[in-house]
Amino acid sequence: MVGLIASEAFNAFYQFLDGFAYLVLAAIGLAVIFGMMGIINFAHGQLIMLGAYITTFFARIGVPLFPMAMLLAAVCVGVWGLIIERLVVCRFYKRKLDSVVATWGIGLIMTQGILIMFGPNIEGLSTPFGSFTVGAESYSVYRVVLGVCAVVMLIVMYCVFMYTRFGLHARATMQNAEVARSLGVNTSLMYSLTFAFGSALAGMTGGLYAPTATIAPFFGDAFILESFSTVIMGGANPLIGTLLAGGVLGFFYSLLSGVWSTFAGRLGLLIAMIIVIRFLPRGLSGLSLRLGRFHLGGD
Amino acid sequence: MRAFDTRKATAVSTENISTVVLFTVLLAYPLAFGSFAVLNLSYFLSFTIMSLSLTLIWGYAGIFSMGQPAFFGIGAYVYGILAINYPGASVSLLWLLVATVVAGIAALALGYFMFYGGVNDVFASLTTWAVALVGLTFLNQTANEARWHVGDALLGGFNGMRPIPSLSVGFGDWSVVLFGTNFYYFVLGLFLATFVAIRIVRRTRWGYVLVALQDNRERTKTFGYHVCRRQMIVFGIGGALAGLSGVLYASWSNFVAPDVMSITACTLPIVLVAAGGRKNVTATSISSILLMYLMFKLSASGTEWAFVILGLVLVLVVLFVPNGIIVALFDALDAHVVKPLLGVRRRPSQVSETAVEGTKEVADASRGH
Repeated sequence: MVGLIASEAFNAFYQFLDGFAYLVLAAIGLAVIFGMMGIINFAHGQLIMLGAYITTFFARIGVPLFPMAMLLAAVCVGVWGLIIERLVVCRFYKRKLDSVVATWGIGLIMTQGILIMFGPNIEGLSTPFGSFTVGAESYSVYRVVLGVCAVVMLIVMYCVFMYTRFGLHARATMQNAEVARSLGVNTSLMYSLTFAFGSALAGMTGGLYAPTATIAPFFGDAFILESFSTVIMGGANPLIGTLLAGGVLGFFYSLLSGVWSTFAGRLGLLIAMIIVIRFLPRGLSGLSLRLGRFHLGGD
Repeated sequence: MRAFDTRKATAVSTENISTVVLFTVLLAYPLAFGSFAVLNLSYFLSFTIMSLSLTLIWGYAGIFSMGQPAFFGIGAYVYGILAINYPGASVSLLWLLVATVVAGIAALALGYFMFYGGVNDVFASLTTWAVALVGLTFLNQTANEARWHVGDALLGGFNGMRPIPSLSVGFGDWSVVLFGTNFYYFVLGLFLATFVAIRIVRRTRWGYVLVALQDNRERTKTFGYHVCRRQMIVFGIGGALAGLSGVLYASWSNFVAPDVMSITACTLPIVLVAAGGRKNVTATSISSILLMYLMFKLSASGTEWAFVILGLVLVLVVLFVPNGIIVALFDALDAHVVKPLLGVRRRPSQVSETAVEGTKEVADASRGH
């Protein structure tokens, strides 16, 4: 009896971890860019897709998949993000609504470009690490690894923002770009680096999910709604926001998609998103700031 | 600000000349071209009505909706369900009206939650887009025939719903199915009506308030206007127009699939409108028709580059001509060709524009931007 309850509890925990990891990993790159510059990067899904392609490419030519190929992919996507930022996005910090159109255009070019170059899909990777059983159910080890990765990436982000010089300058820019600039911080460099960092995180997400799905030009579409609603719910502070929103939404998302369907899960996200914007326009990180504990920057 | 210039404009301007030329060409088109070309153009024109809805809500009121295809889809599906269950010429136009109204009500409801909830700018884009994506997810999983049908109409999942009867006019024996040239003129009539209405709105008090919403919502509120209600109403009207566009599409293709709400479909109206010049009805109409034609040609020639080109157009336009290519063309022609020909000396418009920009910057600064 105790064993049954324990295995049920583990099942619920596993489902939650899966949803949590999915939302956090989908949102993390977007959250960094949004928190820093207030720009919603509509090419985010395509950056994830690019990460998955590059990971697959490296794994195919013999680089160990986990984590080397994924890290390489993250670096490549980060460089690509830097290029996009320097060429296009940096011209839109003064007119943010136009940046939506521009980043969307970039996304369109990337999706179609990949489609033209590699066709409707390429041969995928098999999920590593096998499975384990608890009670009567069998679980994928890799899903647990993804959950651990989500936590690790949050910790990495925390360390980068709290303990490095880049992080200090980035937080200063986030709080007040004018003052930071007058104190000698190169804010436009900060913006470029943050955009590259966010892109690299998106690429890493793509790499992490590459072995779990078909690698196709529309790979990123599966992450879009999830990432946007997590970021909106999280608010301006990338760390606290993503963590809290990932936790809260992950719970409902796994519950709804597990019990009913993906449609129910997405509908739940949409409703949660509208409710949160209604009552907490600055998201959960705004709430946590008001409660007065965590202060990473934000506004 | 030029697009909303309140000074009495001279009747002869590139914009007005282009409008006259555009509608003359559209009216005469079936006389000069074959039925296949007319069929295609009526398809482009139905889409152009959705572009006009975006001009109204994005170009005028500054609500950047990325979810117009959601209302397009609602219009198409509602019309399809009604027309399949109750076919017949006498009720056909009623179903057009009902579907348009349903799409409008859906937009009003969404607008109520968004604007009264203080959702604006990029968050409004995200929310509208999310609505389209949720609609897409919902419709894609309706393949089960036993479960997902409304009367005789099977929703059909990603295979779509068919066959949707074409629109028809008249009663009993004296009815005409709108097809070919008939349908073309029907669509053209609706397009013209929408076009004229939106152009007139630009010159009314109601229209000025919409433009004020785009410039500065706080200040508009201080002037005593009910900002949320205005936004909701104009968003509702935009939704209804997109719904009308969807009905025409469903009637044209006798078929509708969830793809009409796909991510790609959500991109299309934005490209069409942004490229031409989102604040100008004539410019958006011309760019919609031309770009739809271009896309049609590109996809007919079997190339996959259509969307790369579209994306490139989008990026380049927002980078270099944020007011739109066709509006820039209008301005250039006005300044260098039309006004010199008419003997109008160039007004010191630069001065007044800098002044307007100046006050705007002050306003932005005072809001802490």
